[in-house]
Amino acid sequence: MTTGDRVFEVMNYILLTAITLICFYPLLHILLASVSNPTALMAHSGLLLKPLGFTLDGYKLVFKDNSLLVGYKNTIIYVGLGTLVNMVMTIMGAFVLSRKDLYFKNFIMILITITMFFGGGLIPWFLLMKDIHLYNNLWAMILPTALNTWNIIILRTSFQSLPAELEEAATIDGASQAAILIRVILPLSKATLAVIFLYYLVGNWNSWFNAMVLLKDRELFPLQLLMKEILVANDSTATTIGSAGGVVIDSAQSSTAFRELVKYCAIVVSTVPILCVYPFLQKYFVKGVYVGSIKG
Amino acid sequence: MEIVRKSRKLAPSSEAPKPNRTRIRIKKDLRKNWFVYLLAIPVVAWFLVFCYGPMWGVLIAFKDYKPLLGFAQSDWVGLKHFIDFFQGPYFWRVTKNTLLLNVWGIVFGFTAPIILALLLNEIRDGKFKKTVQTITYMPHFISLVVVCGIIHIFTADEGIVTQVLQWITGKDYTSLLGYSGFFRPIYTFSGIWQNIGWDSIIYLAAMSSIDPALYEAAEIDGIGRVKKMWYITLPQITPIIVILFIFAVGGLMASGYEKIILLYNPLIYDTADVIASYVYRRGLREASLSFSTAVGLFSAVINFALLWVTNRIARRTSEVSLW
Repeated sequence: MTTGDRVFEVMNYILLTAITLICFYPLLHILLASVSNPTALMAHSGLLLKPLGFTLDGYKLVFKDNSLLVGYKNTIIYVGLGTLVNMVMTIMGAFVLSRKDLYFKNFIMILITITMFFGGGLIPWFLLMKDIHLYNNLWAMILPTALNTWNIIILRTSFQSLPAELEEAATIDGASQAAILIRVILPLSKATLAVIFLYYLVGNWNSWFNAMVLLKDRELFPLQLLMKEILVANDSTATTIGSAGGVVIDSAQSSTAFRELVKYCAIVVSTVPILCVYPFLQKYFVKGVYVGSIKG
Repeated sequence: MEIVRKSRKLAPSSEAPKPNRTRIRIKKDLRKNWFVYLLAIPVVAWFLVFCYGPMWGVLIAFKDYKPLLGFAQSDWVGLKHFIDFFQGPYFWRVTKNTLLLNVWGIVFGFTAPIILALLLNEIRDGKFKKTVQTITYMPHFISLVVVCGIIHIFTADEGIVTQVLQWITGKDYTSLLGYSGFFRPIYTFSGIWQNIGWDSIIYLAAMSSIDPALYEAAEIDGIGRVKKMWYITLPQITPIIVILFIFAVGGLMASGYEKIILLYNPLIYDTADVIASYVYRRGLREASLSFSTAVGLFSAVINFALLWVTNRIARRTSEVSLW
């Protein structure tokens, strides 16, 4: 190892540690702030390395407020139903595209590929959604996002990588196409299925834009859309959290402080599910990218 | 509509006098693969409705569309909306912003994950590498709304980033998102924060399949680590870099305007407003339906042109291209 190499090694570790800390710190800050005393928070400046006091009042407010709980319920419904639809549609699409001797396969493939490059645009899409009554109801949250072309391609690649002999053997044994799909292909593709399931799951959990555009009634709003109201100030709809809920707030100052605290708590509450699930599933996510990149 | 769809799907095979062989092939195919086609129907239908459907709607860009009159009854105005846009007060602003934001995104946002991957690739310590990866992948899974919420919090009057900036420059600042000049850095670097880890995965995957013999040969020649990175690793992953670069330029991976809508405000429209956010505001908020569709169409055409040009250049200069 030359000196140059050694210097590089040290610099590398330093740089990577710095990047890691920068990635990590904001999340730590939010977590610590969510259990800190709100007035102390307002007065504090600089990095937050430990909680200032300890209070769960913010969380109490968050859970007491009805709209956030309704949002949670909605998100769970949209994610549950939506991901199911996603999986079924994607499996069907990948299966069709993975068949070797389909006469219309190229046609379908081109049909799908073109949509990756061209689209109608936001306004025509929106007008169409309204025209077909996908507005302000449950299906507006499920159908427009039922398919993701990348995921179809990833799953198709996985189906295609199964040895042809397996299918041939099954056909010889008299299996129908349906049986081949259900008995042969799917059981052997569990890993990739898990990957795209997780991609869809996370995507559905975090989605908000379609909800903002297609939903009118607040009782239908998913969690992230409510988060937008709380966190992103330039929305004209007022949030009720912090001002209702029965907690006595004695001055304008502490009300602002509480609103800040509630922001942190809301972030934690809406992100923790994904972050909890994430470490266990990290290897699946990464694998998905590996498989997808082979196609690329 | 049903009939049109059906015949479009079967078009390749139903021209009038058809050689009997192909007809028979199709019949056999349908008989053998009827289940596959059954599954294909919802999938194709979905694409036709949700992807091709809106494409017809693009025509309202050439009309003075009034929802009450409906599509057929609204007047045809040809290129009026496009001309209005080009001559209007916001054309240069939104076009310039879109271009600049994309350039920033490519110069910084595209290169950062590559650098991270290169650095990570050189780490032998498995635990360290895994920890770095786990932590840098995390922000990718946080929803955009929450990320923007964090940005708002950190760049507020008393936010961390604001304070650091004040400490460094000695000047006083209020909420950083009120200054036009700060928007691009905030937008770009928060994007890097969120995606540097995740985007580096593909490059790491590509690097893991580089032939070790190349490194061994370099070792024998006494080439140092940095030079090895430059002369071996980078060139070996050039194909994937080129493909992803074409995607980036063509805006295929763009999630751009959602984040802008979450971050911008009228104070900073002059650097923050891009074509897509302009379309959203004019179309969905102010209901200028035809006009905003025209703007959106203009943007789509430009995107495709950029994509085509970049693909062309890639094809000429490297052997890698999208098509």
